[in-house]
Amino acid sequence: MEVWQKFARTAGNNFKRHRLLVLFSVFSLLILLFILVPLFKMVFLSNKEALWQAVRDTNVLKSIWLTLYAALITAAIGFVLGVPLAYILARHNFPLKGVVEGLIDLPIVVPHTAAGIALLFVFGRNYLLGKWFGAIGINFVDSLAGIIIAMLFVSVPFLINSAKDGFRKVDVRLENVARTLGASPWQVFRRVTFPLAQRSILSGTLMMWARGISEFGAVIILTYFPMVTSILIYQRFESYGLTQAVPVAALLIIVCALIFIGFRYILQREKKHD
Amino acid sequence: MIELKNVQVKVADFNLQQINLAVAKGTYTVILGPTGAGKTVLLESIAGLHAIREGALILDGKNVTDVVPEERGVSIVYQDYTLFPHLTVKENIIFGLKVRHVAQSKIIEQLEWICGIFDVEPLLKRLPATLSGGERQRVALARALITGPEILLLDEPLSALDAESREEMYAQLKDTHRKLNITTLHVTHDFEEAMSLADNIVVINRGKIAQIDKPSEIFYHPASEFVARFTMARNIFEGKITGQVKNEKIFKTDSIELYAVSDNNTAQFAVIRAEMIQLTVEKPVSVPNVFRGTVKSIIDKGANILVTLDCPPLFECLLPRRQFEIMSLNTGQQVYLSFPASPVHLI
Repeated sequence: MEVWQKFARTAGNNFKRHRLLVLFSVFSLLILLFILVPLFKMVFLSNKEALWQAVRDTNVLKSIWLTLYAALITAAIGFVLGVPLAYILARHNFPLKGVVEGLIDLPIVVPHTAAGIALLFVFGRNYLLGKWFGAIGINFVDSLAGIIIAMLFVSVPFLINSAKDGFRKVDVRLENVARTLGASPWQVFRRVTFPLAQRSILSGTLMMWARGISEFGAVIILTYFPMVTSILIYQRFESYGLTQAVPVAALLIIVCALIFIGFRYILQREKKHD
Repeated sequence: MIELKNVQVKVADFNLQQINLAVAKGTYTVILGPTGAGKTVLLESIAGLHAIREGALILDGKNVTDVVPEERGVSIVYQDYTLFPHLTVKENIIFGLKVRHVAQSKIIEQLEWICGIFDVEPLLKRLPATLSGGERQRVALARALITGPEILLLDEPLSALDAESREEMYAQLKDTHRKLNITTLHVTHDFEEAMSLADNIVVINRGKIAQIDKPSEIFYHPASEFVARFTMARNIFEGKITGQVKNEKIFKTDSIELYAVSDNNTAQFAVIRAEMIQLTVEKPVSVPNVFRGTVKSIIDKGANILVTLDCPPLFECLLPRRQFEIMSLNTGQQVYLSFPASPVHLI
C-alpha cells in the first residue's frame, strides 16, 4: 500500500513538474502531424509505378534540375546583394530605416501573382529594365532569367532578415578591437563579423533557396516555359488530373527533403563545434 | 604623450564636452567616473572609434583627429576581454600581426616574446570559451600588446573578476606597465582600483572632466562636491566661511563651526573624509574640531566599520575593525569625535 502511495505521489509530482512540457508536447505533435501527414501520404501512398515513371521522365528530371539550380543562382545573387544590406541595417541608423525594413518584408506579404505582374512592368520587353537588359541579350519573359528574378523578389527577404539578425548578435566591440589591432573595415568584416554571423547567413540563404524552389505565383506570370516543377505539377494536374501530378510532386518532396535535412544536419553539427 | 584639446564627441544622445587632457608618455592614468559618465566613449574616441566633432587629438606630437583606428597605434581591451570566440587563443593573439601581413618568422618571434610576458603558452590551442576570467584577461592583454602599440586603453578591465583575482591583476597590470613602459589609460568606476594603480586620476562626470590630479590629491582635496561624494569622502557640509583665527578658517554650517586650513575664501562646502575622524570616549584636548555625538548606526564593512554619529549634523566615521573592537561601541552610546583642521577641505 505504502509503495503504491509513494508511486502515486511521485507520478503526481512528476506531472506537476512537467505539465507545461506535456501540454506543449501535445500542441507540438498536432502541428507536426499537420505538416507531415499530407507530405508522407503523398510520398508513400503514391503509386510506386507512377513514381518510378516520373523518375525516368526526362521532362520531370529537367524541370526539377532547372528549379534547383535556378533557385541556387537566385540564392547566390541574393547573398551577394542582400548580405551588405543586412549588414547596413544591423549596424547603422539612418532616416527612414524603419520604412526600409518594412519594405523588405513586403514581397512576403503581397500575393505572388501580383509580385509577378509588378516585375513584368519593370522587366517586361517593353519596359525600362526589360529594354536595357534586352539590349545585352538578357530577356526576362519565358527564360531562366525570368525564373530567377521572380524567385529573387519573393525569397530575398528571408536571407536579409536572417543575416540582419545574425549581424546584430555580433558584439560591436569585437569589431572595435579588430580595428584597433590594425584590421581595415573589410578585414574586420571578413575575419570577424562574417564568420560570427555565418550560421544565420547560411540558414537565411538556405531558406531563400527553399523559398525559391517552392515559388509558383510570380514565376508563372513571367515564365511558363521553361517549366519549373511547381508549374509542371500544376500543368499536369490541369491537363491530366491527380494521377499525373502526384508522382512529380512526390519526387520533388523527396529530393528537397534529402537536401534540406542534410543541410540542417550540417548546420547543427557546426553549432556543436562552436 | 596623449593630448586632447577641446575635444567634443557626440554618440547617439551622449556628448563629451570640452575635453582637455594631457597624458605624459609612459604614465598610468586612470579615468574614474560613475556609470554613464562617458568614460568608455572617451577611450573609444582616442582609439578612433568615434568621430571627433571638434577639437584635436594629438598622439606623440602627431595630430590623429581624423586618422582611422587601424593606423593610430592604440590598442583597446574591454571589460569582458572580447576575445574572438571563433578563433583559438593563438589566432586571437596573432590577429593584429596577421591583418598587418607581418612575416611568419616575425609572428613566431613576437608570439614567443608575448607568451613570455603573459604566460599564455599553455593556452594557445584553446578556444576562449574554455578559459577562466584571469586567463582571458592575459590573452586579451597579449593580443593588445603584441603589435607594439604606443598606447594601451583598458575599459573596466577588472570588473569581471572576483576580489582575489582582481588584486592579482593589479600586480599584473602594474608589472606589465613597468616592463613595457607603455602609456596606459585605464577606465573604472571603482575608486579603490584607481588609487591602487594610477599615477594620475582623471575624474569624469556627465561628459565633462571634473578633476585631474595625483591620487592623493583627489583623495584629500576633491575639486568639487561631486568628486568628494564619488570618492566616498562621506562628510560633506554646506555652509560658508565666517572668519579666520591665525591660519585657520572658520566654516559655519547650519549647526556647527569647523576649523580648516585652506587658501579658499569663497568655499561653499567643507569635506572631511570618514577615515580622518577620530572617536574617543574621553574628550580630547588641543584638537580644534571636537564634537559630542550619539552612535546612530553601525555598519560592518569587513575590514572597516562605518559608524554614523548624530551630533547634529550626522557624521560618518570609518574605523579600522581592531579599533572598533577595542572601543566596543554600541548604538545609543555617546562619544567624542575629533579631527585636526588640516584634513578639513574647503571647496
